Amino acid sequence: MAAACAPRARGGRGLQLGLARNSSRWLPLGACASVVTSQRAGLGLSRAISCSAAGRERRRDRNPAQLGEEAEIMNTRQQCKRIYSWVGRAKSSDQQLKTFQYRGILIKSERSLTEMCILLGEFVLVEGENADQPFVAKLLKLYEDGSQEKHAVVQWFSRITELPLNKRKLLQREVSPQEIFLDKAPGYDTDINVETIIKNVKVIPLAPEEAVPVRSKGKQIFFVKESWDGKCFKPLSPGLLSELKEAEKNKRVGSPSPLTACQVFPSDFICSLKAETDRVTRSTVKTKNIQMEIESRHSASKSSLSKERHSQRVANGINTPGARKKLQLNSPTKSRNKLTGGDVLELLGDDCDALEPSATKRKVTFTKILGSPPKISRTNGESDSPLGIRGDWSKLAETIRIAPYRRGQDSSPKAKNLDGKDDDTWHLNGRNEEEETEERARESRKTTKRAATSKSNSKSDTNLAEEQELMTRSPVVIPRSHRKCVQKTTARIAEQLHFLNISEQDREDDYLPSIDFSDSSSSEEEENMVPCTPKRKMRSSTTLRTPKSLRKPSDITPAKTPRKTPEPRTPKTPQNATPRIPIRNQATEKPANVLEEARLRLHVSTIPGSLPCREEEFQDIYNFVESKLIDGTGGCMYISGVPGTGKTVTVHEVIRCLEQAAENDELPSFQFIEINGMKLTDPHQAYVQILQLLTGQKVTATHAAELLAKLFSTPGPKRKTTVLIVDELDLLWTRKQDVMYNLFDWPTQKQAKLIILAIANTMDLPERIMMNRVASRLGLTRMSFQPYTYKQLQQIISSRLNHIKAFEEDAIQLVSRKVAALSGDARRCLDICRRSTEICEFSSQKSASGLVSMAHVMKAIDEMFSSPYINSIRSASLHEQMFLKAIIAEFRRSGLEEATVQQIYHQHVALCRIEGLQIPTVSEIMAVCSRLGACRFLLVESNNKYLHVRVRLNISQDDVTYALKQE
Amino acid sequence: MSKRKSKETSSVNGECISQVQRILRERFCHQCPNGKLFGVQLQYKHLLELLKRTTVHGESNSALIIGPRGSGKTMLLNHVLKELMEVKQVRENLLQVHLNGLLQTNDKIALKEITRQLQMENVVGDKVFGSFAENLAFLLEALKKGDRDSSCPVLFILDEFDLFVHHKNQTLLYNLFDISQSAQTPVTVIGLTCRQDILELLEKRVKSRFSHRQIYLMNSFDFKQYLRIFKEQLYLPAEFPYKPFIQKWNKNVQSLSEDRTVQEMLQNHFHYSKDLRSLHMLLMLALSSITVSHPFMTGSDLLEASKLCRMDSKANIVHGLSVLEICLIIAMKHLNDVYEGEPFNFQMVYNEFQKFIQRKAHSMYNFEKPVVMKAFEHLLQLELIKPIEGLPVRAQREYVLMKLLLDNNQIMDALQVYPNCPTDVKQWATSSLSWL
Repeated sequence: MAAACAPRARGGRGLQLGLARNSSRWLPLGACASVVTSQRAGLGLSRAISCSAAGRERRRDRNPAQLGEEAEIMNTRQQCKRIYSWVGRAKSSDQQLKTFQYRGILIKSERSLTEMCILLGEFVLVEGENADQPFVAKLLKLYEDGSQEKHAVVQWFSRITELPLNKRKLLQREVSPQEIFLDKAPGYDTDINVETIIKNVKVIPLAPEEAVPVRSKGKQIFFVKESWDGKCFKPLSPGLLSELKEAEKNKRVGSPSPLTACQVFPSDFICSLKAETDRVTRSTVKTKNIQMEIESRHSASKSSLSKERHSQRVANGINTPGARKKLQLNSPTKSRNKLTGGDVLELLGDDCDALEPSATKRKVTFTKILGSPPKISRTNGESDSPLGIRGDWSKLAETIRIAPYRRGQDSSPKAKNLDGKDDDTWHLNGRNEEEETEERARESRKTTKRAATSKSNSKSDTNLAEEQELMTRSPVVIPRSHRKCVQKTTARIAEQLHFLNISEQDREDDYLPSIDFSDSSSSEEEENMVPCTPKRKMRSSTTLRTPKSLRKPSDITPAKTPRKTPEPRTPKTPQNATPRIPIRNQATEKPANVLEEARLRLHVSTIPGSLPCREEEFQDIYNFVESKLIDGTGGCMYISGVPGTGKTVTVHEVIRCLEQAAENDELPSFQFIEINGMKLTDPHQAYVQILQLLTGQKVTATHAAELLAKLFSTPGPKRKTTVLIVDELDLLWTRKQDVMYNLFDWPTQKQAKLIILAIANTMDLPERIMMNRVASRLGLTRMSFQPYTYKQLQQIISSRLNHIKAFEEDAIQLVSRKVAALSGDARRCLDICRRSTEICEFSSQKSASGLVSMAHVMKAIDEMFSSPYINSIRSASLHEQMFLKAIIAEFRRSGLEEATVQQIYHQHVALCRIEGLQIPTVSEIMAVCSRLGACRFLLVESNNKYLHVRVRLNISQDDVTYALKQE
Repeated sequence: MSKRKSKETSSVNGECISQVQRILRERFCHQCPNGKLFGVQLQYKHLLELLKRTTVHGESNSALIIGPRGSGKTMLLNHVLKELMEVKQVRENLLQVHLNGLLQTNDKIALKEITRQLQMENVVGDKVFGSFAENLAFLLEALKKGDRDSSCPVLFILDEFDLFVHHKNQTLLYNLFDISQSAQTPVTVIGLTCRQDILELLEKRVKSRFSHRQIYLMNSFDFKQYLRIFKEQLYLPAEFPYKPFIQKWNKNVQSLSEDRTVQEMLQNHFHYSKDLRSLHMLLMLALSSITVSHPFMTGSDLLEASKLCRMDSKANIVHGLSVLEICLIIAMKHLNDVYEGEPFNFQMVYNEFQKFIQRKAHSMYNFEKPVVMKAFEHLLQLELIKPIEGLPVRAQREYVLMKLLLDNNQIMDALQVYPNCPTDVKQWATSSLSWL
């Protein structure tokens, strides 16, 4: 690994050395020193280094990586901090509609003072309900309507996670998280508010046969391959594909257009003035020295591209440092010719102005690209001068020249490690960029068939460097803009220095072993890429990353597995952990006879094919939800009924049918979520659950409430109607009733598209426990489920049994009548039937038919409903019974329903004398009393008053006398 | 020769006795599943079938085992589980979660314990659960994932079930029962409780989800069976190493059970309590009197043990009191008789005592008031008297209202056996109003 990194370190030596020195507090001093000296010796660039060192030092104080992360977070999370303005004047206007169309939008982030420009045809991220997973869309049209509102018309793209689960299977392949689908499904609003646009993003179209690059983890790149029309996936039509590709190509090859810059590095484009100056000074010194090497390096990298993929990657990776250097040199190169102090200042000034379109116009003239004239200023770096390129190449050459040199030096693994660390100082950025780099490299190979390695690398380096510096500054040059020149130069030089290729290729290959060496550790460290990790860790992890990216994807898999265990990660439940109960070792046995089969079908958990006896209720609920769905509005319905009357199952059935209908395109599709008051630990957890089911985010209750309120109150693009079932509503009651209030308030808002089906037991719940304002919002759409009548219960049992002959008709009727008389609870009914089958099975020899008969059912009912008291009293010990008698005697004597143990004791003793029993001691009586108390025949005061403990009967006196008389 | 032989037998006996004691003590103290079950065959079969269906067919169930303390609820369950575990299919499939209402005093702790026992921490990583809500969601998610055919059935055993009922909203019970009534991971919830009114404690939604299977354990045996149990409990097992001793011992047990006094004693014991734990206690006490020189249990051993069992604790304390303290107690007894159980204070007791002293000055030494106070406070410490509740805390010591925690019968009984009790005092105790 160290070896792989080493060239990189050298490549970027100019800067890195300066850094290594200044930041020696971060690193083992010895290691730095050795690197510095060796490089100095090799290139004699100490002057440049010392020059840059001073400038860099000040910036060091901030951890660039951290700042970078912060910026990233800001961009995704704090949308409110952005200011949106149009690019240029209105392109066209529609007098009738009073709209003005524009060709681009400028997004200025208040906090970081960065700016980006998005033009039509670009891909953008749009705020969705989930802040971590913004929507992807292509910008089709930008306009402003009469009310000064900025609108955008977009073509949606869907991530795999946005597609319905059951449809994902249609793909029949693994989909990488970066793959998106052109969304042609109807029903989404394509007109969005411009302010929901977060930033632009890169989307790469792929032909159907192309595989999505597996390795790419970069968040900001997406691949589109297929389209989705709500029912099936189709590969992109060739026309569409080429159109997309064209757009892509335009942007990439097209020019050093500001757009590309923005597009590739959304929002991260910050560069400090200071850095700029440093580069300027340094580059002037350097480039001259190294012109020869430039060419050799260039040809080397180019030829490597023509080789097999693997070696290409190697080359690629090794080039990276060089590329970085190039980037840093980039901006100054242009102005190099006239580089005086004043010029530098002017340059800096330009940079400051760069945000204004006018400021850069003159620089743009240099550009060779004839594509769209860049409206937004680029930095001076856009220069096309051959010298500039040469400067860049020189850096590359340096890398190569040092490579063999180093290789000999750092033969010991330890030395390599140190090198690696040294290197780290510069590689603080997240791996995304690095991987992106690679991505770009590959894709450029495909599309342009040109040597893009160095370019792409340098691109990423821009990124790196800039993120580190992270000062407010205009977008910086993209090395890509040099392409044309590069092309020329390459063509010219290629032949001349052809021989160099071979030797260099050899050298590059030499680094491979060391890459392997570090790989497992690198992948392990990958996990640590949390913004807050200590610097040291970050550094090491990032350095290690590059070598990893050099490897084939297949190599990576084994290294990944052992990663999990030793890493004590953040103390949060892994969000996507899928807990499950272990799989059973033996298969369940199939029911062997009719009774078992019946028992299985009669289990409450079995979901019946049809729901008899609730047709009306079903229809009502269905109609309610359906109408709301079709209207695209929201509403509440309150459903009440005693337990076991089929409320939840009916509602679920409705949802199932609606989903079916939505699948068949008879209804607009909707999202169904469910919460249950009993499954929440606290009413406010309802917010958390809803949000999690809706978007997958895990946040605290208060935050969730805010997010949900925002979600339901703002017109979200691409939002489906949500059907929310709130079971056991009464448990969401709080003193302020804020949970209920919010729940019922959301559907009343126009944009919410929320349908709530609230379920509870009591019919008058709204009147009883809700405040007026809550009850009013709940509305009057109510439904109550009546307890089942015996006929209905009978029908339920018969339909469940479904022609299995296990019960006698009379038996079923008996159960139904009994349950209907008691509670009308279908669960009870099924439980009794199930128990009867068991009783029948064990006494089957007695029953002639083998069917469950009345007797069995009677027995089951007895078991379940008969009061246990009488039997328990009869089986109690003699003195326990006597004590109960004494209690009753005492109650009669005193005329009260309460007595102390002492009083009862006296009665007890008297009774014993009558019966001629041994007279118990007080301790024994106390023991008897507490035993009866534990069974709750008695209610015994719980204190240590001993004889003065007061006792009451917990069962009726009649029961006791009845139980005791029988003997 | 004969001398040597006798010596040998005695040494065997010593070894033997300790073996006997070990075996029997184990039987009395541990609830070992190897022991025998008495009179619960039906319940046993019911529970066994229930659990078998859970494991074999993946059927969800819920049941409550209800019975008074010491009626063998846990014993029954352990027996069933032991038999189940002998079936290979069950052993490999069944997951068990044991919870106890006394340990898992709220749902949060219970959920943690469930997660631990299901060994799902590995999914969570080595972290402790953040919040209760997270934990619940996690567990529900886990149980929801399963289905009847593929997931391991989970057996939840909730000991002291009645205590779970008092958890907030009965969340845990609702969720367990809900899972048992829906097509998720097959679970069987077995609750053990001694409360007969347990169903009334369940909330209506929870109650509806409970399958209403109740297995009652009643101790419904009569004295004959009790006697048989008594014998069974004392018999030595056939695998006991000293074969000749087994016969002798068992014969002795047989003869004991036929002895009238023993039967009477057992009958009395049976009348007080039918549960086997108290029988064990009795036998345990009798067993400790067995030594090498006294190798077989006799009727008197059992009687002695029974006496120990039946001992009245408060009356026993009276035995150790001084005459002054006895006098105070008698004075209190008189006050109770006169005022029909109304509370008294020190001053009243002292006055009563003074009256007695004045009458019988020749036989009793007149103690000074502070000494009497000291004696009174000693009684307070022994909890023979107790201040009544709801009194001002700052009341003067002499005037704090008290109640006597002894019954007249207890006092009289204690006096009967009190050693060297002055006759006057005895007389004063019996002739309550004669001195007037």
